[in-house]
Amino acid sequence: HGPYQPHEPGYGLYQPGYSPYDDQIPDPKSRMLAIQNAKAYLLKSSTTSGLNLYDHLANMLTKILDEQPTNAVDIIENISKDVKWAQLQKKMDTLRDEHEILPTFEAAEKRKALFLKANGEGEEELEEEIGETPLPNVMETAFYFEQAGIGLSKDESYHIFLALKKLISVQPIQTCRFWGKILGLEMNYIIAEVQYHEGEEEEETEEEEVTEEGGKGTGEVEDEDEKKEKEDEPPKSTYKPPPVIPKEENGTGANKYVYFVCNEPGKPWVKLPPVTPAQIVCARKIKKFFTGRLDAPVVSFPPFPGNEANYLRAQIARISAGKEEGDEEEEGGGGRDTYEENPDFQPLSVAEMVDSLATWVHHGQSILKQGRCVWLNPFQKSEEEEEEDEEEEKAEEPDELQQEIGPPLLTPLSEDEGIQNIPAWTAQPSTNLIPQYAVAILQSNRWPGAYAFASGKKFDNIYFGWGHKYSPESHTPALPPPAQAEYPSGPETTETRDPTLEEELAFKAAREEALAAAEDEEDEEDVVEDDEEEEEEEED
Amino acid sequence: SLNCVEWSLLPPATEEMVAQAEQLKGRFQGDPSFEYEYTEINAEDAERLFEDGKEPMIKEESRLVATIEQIDRAVGIIPRGAFLKTPLGSVRENRNFEGLSLTEAKKLSSYFHFTEPVNLKNKTLLEKADLDPSTDFLDSLEHDIPQGSWTVQLEKGGTVVVLRSLLWLGLTFYHVPMTKQYGYVYFGTGEKNLDLPFML
Repeated sequence: HGPYQPHEPGYGLYQPGYSPYDDQIPDPKSRMLAIQNAKAYLLKSSTTSGLNLYDHLANMLTKILDEQPTNAVDIIENISKDVKWAQLQKKMDTLRDEHEILPTFEAAEKRKALFLKANGEGEEELEEEIGETPLPNVMETAFYFEQAGIGLSKDESYHIFLALKKLISVQPIQTCRFWGKILGLEMNYIIAEVQYHEGEEEEETEEEEVTEEGGKGTGEVEDEDEKKEKEDEPPKSTYKPPPVIPKEENGTGANKYVYFVCNEPGKPWVKLPPVTPAQIVCARKIKKFFTGRLDAPVVSFPPFPGNEANYLRAQIARISAGKEEGDEEEEGGGGRDTYEENPDFQPLSVAEMVDSLATWVHHGQSILKQGRCVWLNPFQKSEEEEEEDEEEEKAEEPDELQQEIGPPLLTPLSEDEGIQNIPAWTAQPSTNLIPQYAVAILQSNRWPGAYAFASGKKFDNIYFGWGHKYSPESHTPALPPPAQAEYPSGPETTETRDPTLEEELAFKAAREEALAAAEDEEDEEDVVEDDEEEEEEEED
Repeated sequence: SLNCVEWSLLPPATEEMVAQAEQLKGRFQGDPSFEYEYTEINAEDAERLFEDGKEPMIKEESRLVATIEQIDRAVGIIPRGAFLKTPLGSVRENRNFEGLSLTEAKKLSSYFHFTEPVNLKNKTLLEKADLDPSTDFLDSLEHDIPQGSWTVQLEKGGTVVVLRSLLWLGLTFYHVPMTKQYGYVYFGTGEKNLDLPFML
């Protein structure tokens, strides 16, 4: 590269001993000319983009002086790129942009409904019910959990609060509680635990009875058809599938509470169907993430009877059975099935609550292996079934199931089984610095994400997590059952070709010869041979 | 630190520590000087270790360090464009990063692992031609195995995008689109979710 001319870029930079100011042209006229040349060069438009360097530099410097970024010299290339990009943007906007509806706006619209007061309720009703509203004080609970570092943001808690209020105004609900939040792949679930007023659930049972009667009607018709065709039917298998364990009645056991879910506060609440023992038993064997859509199928082995709504309900049932606790004395036991609040409850100090897990008890019934809270013998046959059995051959009865007994209702948590050497629960005070106002917090180790707090007379449980049980070993799915053994194949069961006509004739001839030859033998042998020949003839 | 008041410096992780810690299962105890014993080790490993004269005990501190290193390496992520690679090869923070747009933020391909890239060389030449060498020098999340091990959600009415890892349950990454705010944080039990393929 030869010596640079004054108008070329790079002049003055690569020549040692020359400072940038040495190329000042002393003569004013030629200096003016040089300046004009330089400016004309800078104003030359580029052939590809239509911009020119002069304007670009001017814009860049304006931008830098306006914004005054730190270390501008380091990011000058990016600034240059940004300016060029901005130029292009403006030129392409010949059409007016359609007013873009931001998703934030849409989301806000949905939640706006929550903030409006319900119309038509009237103020009189509100005044009457203010004393005993089933609405839980979500903000208060959130405050206590926040002391432990657990919980959702204030915004979300408040939205949930309003959503619960809406739920209560729509459904006839006696008690309601914010159960927690389960995370999912596409969307999350917010779950409310609810108890209906007595008498509100009759609609469902009526529907079930109707379907049962319909089923029986079709059964009778089928029986008649069968009797007509009985002669031609292949032998019926005597296999009876293991009896389906009926689900517990609504309002008791595992179905004590009804659960409503929604994906976000503001979306309508969906009721989860009651859970059946088969679903709980299956849910214990599989481990799947929730997608966030209630109608999603659950693909697993063993195959789960139901879709995601059922799986969600089963997991909620398991978590609730494992986690609900309250203080020991508050829940005065009123018998095996029910408990009542103890009005004379003396709140224990936080230190005592944290030290021993015996001060905490379960107040939800735990689920037995069968999948129910109250054990049911499935082999107690009803009268109808017994009549049918007399007609058919009685199959071997499987061994009687042993009665399963679960722990009684208010068992203290110290008796919870740990996993290997990890205790089932970990207790901590919320702060060591201010013991007067500390809150006792309990973390579950079996269901990571389940927490409980107690402070004075108040206590509550909550769940935030993915909805899975903790196990230190990896999850091993159930193996498929081994292939069933076939009958061993031997000469009796294998098919053989029927003999052809020639073979039969030859056989007959041979037999007559044998008969003739056997006249001299004893009678017994003849009889035996005749029997054998008769059998052979039948097989042919 | 155990109480956010007194902090102790953890030693950097070595490959050996990571290899040892991978064999440990179960929760952390909470005591940094707790020593684990190997419960299940192959006979070969035991012989090898005894020959070297070391005992098969590992401190919880090393396990903690190794776990942190594993998490960072496996699921530490940044949005595309947040870091630039200079022509000289060093990686710098991009002061000009204005955040991803909303549509970009919902795509997994706009997030990268913040570690040495493993898959970049395997891309076809056509794909490589589209890459911008200053911003696309890391592995994107799209090709993580197994498919779908990240969940992308919009929170707070669509103003914050939250990515959660399903491989290390508890790793959460957040980003506010069109701003410079992003970050990731881990709250959890410190155990890798080995059941992931069954759960998807």
